[in-house]
Amino acid sequence: MLGEGMLKGLAETAKNFAGSFVSKERLTTVQYPEERIAPIENTRDFPFLVYDGDDAMAGLRCVACQICEKECPPKCIYIVKSTDKKPDFVGKMQIYPARFDIDISVCMSCQICVEVCPFEAIKMDTEFELSTTDRFGGLLYDREQLSRSNEHYHKIHPTEAAEVDARLAEEKAKAEAKAKAAAEAAAAKAAAAPAPKEAPAKEPGA
Amino acid sequence: MATALKSYRPPVIEPSEEGDELLEVAMGPHHPSTHGVFRMDVALDGERVIRLKPVFGYLHRNHEKIAETASYLAAMPYTDRLDYFCSLTNNWAYALAVEKLAGIEVPERAEYIRVITAELTRVQNHASAIGFLLQEMGASGTPLMYAFREREKILDLFEELTGSRMMCNYMRFGGCRVELPKGWLERVRTLVDGLPKFLDETEALLTGNEILMARTQGVGVLKPDLAVNAGVTGPMLRAAGVNYDIRKVDHYGIYDRFKFRVPLGDHGDIYDRYMIRVLEARESIEILKQALKDVPAGPIMDPKSKIRGFRPKAGEAYGRIEAPKGELGFYLISDGTGNPYRYRVRPPSLINLTVLEDMCLGQNVADVVLIFGSVDIVLGEVDR
Repeated sequence: MLGEGMLKGLAETAKNFAGSFVSKERLTTVQYPEERIAPIENTRDFPFLVYDGDDAMAGLRCVACQICEKECPPKCIYIVKSTDKKPDFVGKMQIYPARFDIDISVCMSCQICVEVCPFEAIKMDTEFELSTTDRFGGLLYDREQLSRSNEHYHKIHPTEAAEVDARLAEEKAKAEAKAKAAAEAAAAKAAAAPAPKEAPAKEPGA
Repeated sequence: MATALKSYRPPVIEPSEEGDELLEVAMGPHHPSTHGVFRMDVALDGERVIRLKPVFGYLHRNHEKIAETASYLAAMPYTDRLDYFCSLTNNWAYALAVEKLAGIEVPERAEYIRVITAELTRVQNHASAIGFLLQEMGASGTPLMYAFREREKILDLFEELTGSRMMCNYMRFGGCRVELPKGWLERVRTLVDGLPKFLDETEALLTGNEILMARTQGVGVLKPDLAVNAGVTGPMLRAAGVNYDIRKVDHYGIYDRFKFRVPLGDHGDIYDRYMIRVLEARESIEILKQALKDVPAGPIMDPKSKIRGFRPKAGEAYGRIEAPKGELGFYLISDGTGNPYRYRVRPPSLINLTVLEDMCLGQNVADVVLIFGSVDIVLGEVDR
């Protein structure tokens, strides 16, 4: 019969239409600004800089090694190294970024900066409501705007952050044990020889 | 230079024998029916297409040259943006080419993950291709929205795994980037169990529909010999009746372990291309079911592969896979440095588009839109 296929199709549409009133499975949309779907843990959009402690600028993990700047595919990261040094999480004196800018209008959220960072200093945020009326200055984030606490990192990516923390704690313990051994060796040496020399601590992540 | 410019000018059109004048229509680059920024210069005699010239390049982004100046790894996120519907298959094709070039082995678990993600990609690509085809036929909304409802579920799984819905950037040379999240395979199983129902629904809606049959059967016929000569691949070629599927020909990855059939068409018209996509999605579900049954434990990355400072030895390699749209290949020449000397993409969309004029000649102008839609292209891949 001509039109049978069409009637069959219309029945399917009617089933879906009526079903959307009763079945949650068929009603797949949400009213966005008022209703939101639960965030997915692995979501990424733009990078941020992790800091430990309370002071964002003092606790930045970044040591301005510029690997991410070099590896970034669209080259949206700009880093200026500092001239002085500050202690990092194991207490070793390190250079820090005097400037760390990311142009998020250029960033393509590929996560390669996160993958290549040996210091667990840069991670991906999940904040997506970033629209601004100033498309040049408003989308060029400096290090103050980019820094987020480790607690924030734990909140958005709990599994990943726990792994990172475990890894860092292990490194710190290793570095401390090494420093202790070096100090003991130095003390033993000092007892034997007049000129003590401190063994260099192992770089974290190397 | 002058001659080159001259060849771009449309040829002078003579009035036909009856004295009627031909009408030249530029469909696109901003035309509601084209998928992206693509132009068709159509010469019409009444409603009939006398000549059709595809004009593309509006979305050219210098993909190949960028990849030649960037490191091997840095080209990976750019491959997501070729065919932005199927970023995971693009990743795989590029990773396969680099693995061939550098001789990297891929762990078994990573191979299974690759197959699962690639087949999910195929299902969602074919579903949305059917939806868009119907959209162009005038069934605005319903089939496309049904397809997108299903696609949404698959994209949610991709986001859970890779962090991004479309720009996945998931595969690496020698494996995959991150381990599967907890319970991910279970959720994929649940989804795969629901997919046949969705395809049944789509078929109930469309396959027997008289309007769809009237509009598509016998329209835009592509002959198998022309398809082979033009290098057409993918569902377009199989709809013309040529049995060629790189998953069967090359057995790349671990495709030799799975039992699946390659659906073939008889007529090579739009209806066959629609049917082929439905049937291929069904076969993909079969592959998914087999792959999900025995995902082994183990590493997901080859321990020898490096993220930074990757320098394959000098040589060349061509890696190709059966992407949802056809044969997607990457040709790489390495000179031993950190970036490829030559990086070339063989995009299925572009090469499938070369037969557009042959399919459109003598058809009605309203069918041009349909024929164009049945090729299933993404302009990001055509123009690169």
